[in-house]
Amino acid sequence: MLIIKKLLNQENGQWLSNIMKENRVLILQGIFILVAFVFVVKLFIIQVIDKSYEEEAAQNAIQRITEYPYRGIIKDRKGKLLVANTGVYDLMIIPKKLRLNGDLLSFCNFLGIDTIEFNLRLKVAKKYSSVKPSVFFEQMSDIKFAHIQDLLSDFPGFYVQARTVRNYPESVAASALGYIGEISKEKINLVGKDNYKSGDYIGISGIESFYENELRGVRGVKYVMVNVRGEEKGRFKNGAYDTASVPGKDVIASIDLDLQKYAEKLMKNKVGSVVAIEPSTGEVLAFVSAPNYDPNLLTGEAFSQNYNKLVHDSLKPLFNRALMAQYPPGSIFKTINGLYALQNDIIDTTTIFPCNRGIIACHGKHCSANFTTSIQFSCNPYYWNVFKKIINQGKSGNYFKDAKICYDHWREHVVKFGLGGKTEIDLPNEKKGILPSSNYYDKVYGQNRWAFTTIFSLGIGQGELSITPVQMANVACILANRGYYYAPHLVKGIGRKDSVIDTYTKKHETGIEQKYYNAIVNGMTLVVRSGTGFLARSKEFIGCGKTGTVENPHGADHSVFIGFAPRDNPKIAIAVVVENSGFGAEWAAPISGLLFAKYLNHKIEKDWVENYILKRDFIRDPAKPKPKERHKRG
Amino acid sequence: MILQNLNQRNGTSEVDLPSAVLYLLLIMLGWLNIFAAVYDPELHPSIFDLGLNCGKQMLWIGTAIVLLLVIMLIDHRFFETFAFIIYGALCVVLIGVLIGGKVVAGSKSWIEIGSFAIQPSEFAKMATALAVSAFLSQQYVKMDNMKSIMTVCAIMFFPALLILAQNDTGSTLVFSCFFLVLYREGMNPTVLVIGVASAFLFIMALIFDKIYLSISYTVISIIFILYNRNVRRKISSVFIVLGIALISSGITYSVDFFVNNVLQKHQQNRIKALINPDADPLGFGWNVTQSKIAIGSGGFIGKGFLEGTQTKFDFVPEQHTDFIFCTIGEEWGWLGTLFLIGLFLSLFLRIIYLAERQRSNFARIYGYCVASIMFFHFTVNIGMTIGLFPVIGIPLPFFSYGGSSLWSFTILLWIFLNLDANRKQVLG
Repeated sequence: MLIIKKLLNQENGQWLSNIMKENRVLILQGIFILVAFVFVVKLFIIQVIDKSYEEEAAQNAIQRITEYPYRGIIKDRKGKLLVANTGVYDLMIIPKKLRLNGDLLSFCNFLGIDTIEFNLRLKVAKKYSSVKPSVFFEQMSDIKFAHIQDLLSDFPGFYVQARTVRNYPESVAASALGYIGEISKEKINLVGKDNYKSGDYIGISGIESFYENELRGVRGVKYVMVNVRGEEKGRFKNGAYDTASVPGKDVIASIDLDLQKYAEKLMKNKVGSVVAIEPSTGEVLAFVSAPNYDPNLLTGEAFSQNYNKLVHDSLKPLFNRALMAQYPPGSIFKTINGLYALQNDIIDTTTIFPCNRGIIACHGKHCSANFTTSIQFSCNPYYWNVFKKIINQGKSGNYFKDAKICYDHWREHVVKFGLGGKTEIDLPNEKKGILPSSNYYDKVYGQNRWAFTTIFSLGIGQGELSITPVQMANVACILANRGYYYAPHLVKGIGRKDSVIDTYTKKHETGIEQKYYNAIVNGMTLVVRSGTGFLARSKEFIGCGKTGTVENPHGADHSVFIGFAPRDNPKIAIAVVVENSGFGAEWAAPISGLLFAKYLNHKIEKDWVENYILKRDFIRDPAKPKPKERHKRG
Repeated sequence: MILQNLNQRNGTSEVDLPSAVLYLLLIMLGWLNIFAAVYDPELHPSIFDLGLNCGKQMLWIGTAIVLLLVIMLIDHRFFETFAFIIYGALCVVLIGVLIGGKVVAGSKSWIEIGSFAIQPSEFAKMATALAVSAFLSQQYVKMDNMKSIMTVCAIMFFPALLILAQNDTGSTLVFSCFFLVLYREGMNPTVLVIGVASAFLFIMALIFDKIYLSISYTVISIIFILYNRNVRRKISSVFIVLGIALISSGITYSVDFFVNNVLQKHQQNRIKALINPDADPLGFGWNVTQSKIAIGSGGFIGKGFLEGTQTKFDFVPEQHTDFIFCTIGEEWGWLGTLFLIGLFLSLFLRIIYLAERQRSNFARIYGYCVASIMFFHFTVNIGMTIGLFPVIGIPLPFFSYGGSSLWSFTILLWIFLNLDANRKQVLG
């Protein structure tokens, strides 16, 4: 500013021209230095300060090629292959290099597209980049690849890139294994852009999703230099920034392929679940959600087409019933109430209650029951009385306060059976079921406004309670183990190690003494031997179980059975739910019996039971709802 | 050793060592960078491979050194005496090129001698420098004499017009650098100021909106009138200032007309690319965009010799000739460009220093011609690679690939070094 002022206020106005006349050499030198200075500053700006040119240069000349690792395979507990990889071929295109020297029509025919589709795909590829490769046709089968390969020399600009997709040789256990698919944009933001990029595959459900990090392996990256025409010009910095891909770890599932296949066969044309667990370890032996689907549908080029079909199927095959369906537990819950009552000296094994059907409906020919027969006959009045005593232990003088204190104490114990919370099974999206807290009742009825009469249906497993098939199977494990469980899990080994994550080696105790379990087990033995579970009976082993018939206001009741076999040193515990089919005794119990036999003896004694199950198609011919007055049975 | 031998011939003086060292440094660095520009990492070529431009440049360098030795052997009086004859001969050759020349990249500026192609316009600069120096060094020539000025302008512009007719705009523009020489020799500085001001107005007119520019010129002139008592004292001064504002606005509007209607399409695009290279980065902005990416990606210390990706893999067009600076920028980073600019600046300042110590007017004026020509090439070439000038295809002295360019700059410089070496034999 000073200089300008000086310039403006020069008295004779000759100041500038004088300088320019007198110091010509200096001025010329000044011009040279000034230009050099301007260049140096401008270069400093674009070279040192502005980093965007580096990125653009890298985009220009350095191509990042991802090397996809081999995804780990999944085997069953005996080493039989459940999930494998097969090669598919992506047809890649670099639009700028494209020359159509051959017969375009036959090229399109082999791909199974028309020329309009061809041009459309070409347009999409061009829009992405004219010099960078992009996928023109995804996941060609071997046959298409073989046909196309011969034609490729006439169509420079196309090339084939091999990739692997999942393949399920046995077409089983879709709901346990899950599937993989292209990662969504939201998911990329969630898991981080370092690990995945658009177009990558990720486990979307089941084991594929839960053990994604183990199965996925580590992607490799190769940096190559390309020239302006997209031709490769060698490794960037001799591969200094390259990383090798590390194959994913193989996973050993705890599933027993034969049992799984048989369970799926039995559940055909039925809606429901089967969860079978090895009680001593918590390893899931069979995991069925019916109706199921062929996992091979969700691989390969027809993924999206098949996926849409499955999503819109009215029977919801993609809904994992074993994990996410929540039912009132029904009569199987009597076992837990009975154990609690015994442990807390509310009753003893000799306590008898008359079967007073005036209070609550019952079934079967008995007029009074002791503890063992109460389980055998699933006596509703017995457990009405038991639950009344549970809730009214007299811990407070106030009837309502007493109810709350007793309820909380009872609930604390029930939680230990894995109810009202996740079992921690190694599958995503597990549902918790419902075990209401006393606060819930306070909210609904008001504080000190509820007591036994309000919540009596919990005594027979109805009311606000709900439970998933996985939780039911876990309860079966607890009964089989007489007091403890390991969290159910589908994977027994990862990579070369035969170990599982810590969650599955932790023993969960229920805090109820073994002798009380023995009393329950006696009852459950009778259920199978001469009670509602007689269709599960076998000559080869002693099975134990408890049937349940879950009230369903929307149609026929759900048939439920939990049990284990053999009685001593049990090898398998099970929970079976058949929706809208009727009594637990009718469907869930015989299915369990067949699965026990299959697993323990590898053979079926009673063909007629098997035929009876296989013949029944609840999907085409739904069971009729039972008349109203017959409800509440076990 | 050769230089010493040469010097011993004169006995009394010797070749200016700093200039010779700078010259050799520049041509050797140029050679290395041409090698880097054409290097293909998959083929691992040798720098001596005659099939590649780096190998050919080695031949050009060899012949250039022979050439400079020959020049040093010529008597220093030859150049002043034969200045006009050399000039006249070159003009004849330029006319000859117009008639029977070879068209390369849209310019009819090449003649073929056997298998070699030579660009006479490169040598015309040297010839014109000799003629201008010879004319201005005459006793009767004064820079305040209108006739002298007209004559020197004619000497300058005749070859320039012939080259323009060859459709080589870049080389034509080089001749404007002689105004720096004229300024040194006493030309009224107003011409220089007007020249710089016109260039400023031209660029402003390209960058900013015409209406806003006109308004701001008017506002500036009014502020000038209001603040300067001298101007207000005389009513004519006020009109002169307002007149300047009017003319500036006029230029602003005519630039638009000039660019859109007078210039050819490729020239228009080069100017548009300068203003906004992103408007069509794959079209006319490609050169500038890619050149800036290459240089900008070099960072502070560069990617290392032969490690540049942008220049080697053809992202930068003309990477071994007009855009050779990109290779330095990319592989040697800011330090490399700083060093190179330092080398050039040292050479220019050294030549001015040498020019000022000459006893003969001819030698002094010729020295300024040499500095000005090289400075113009330096400014326009580097300026265009970093987006400060429109893309005008002129080589970077000693650096760009090409025999004609290397030879002509060698001759240009070494005639002056010959004159300087013999300066003491000249009677003041």
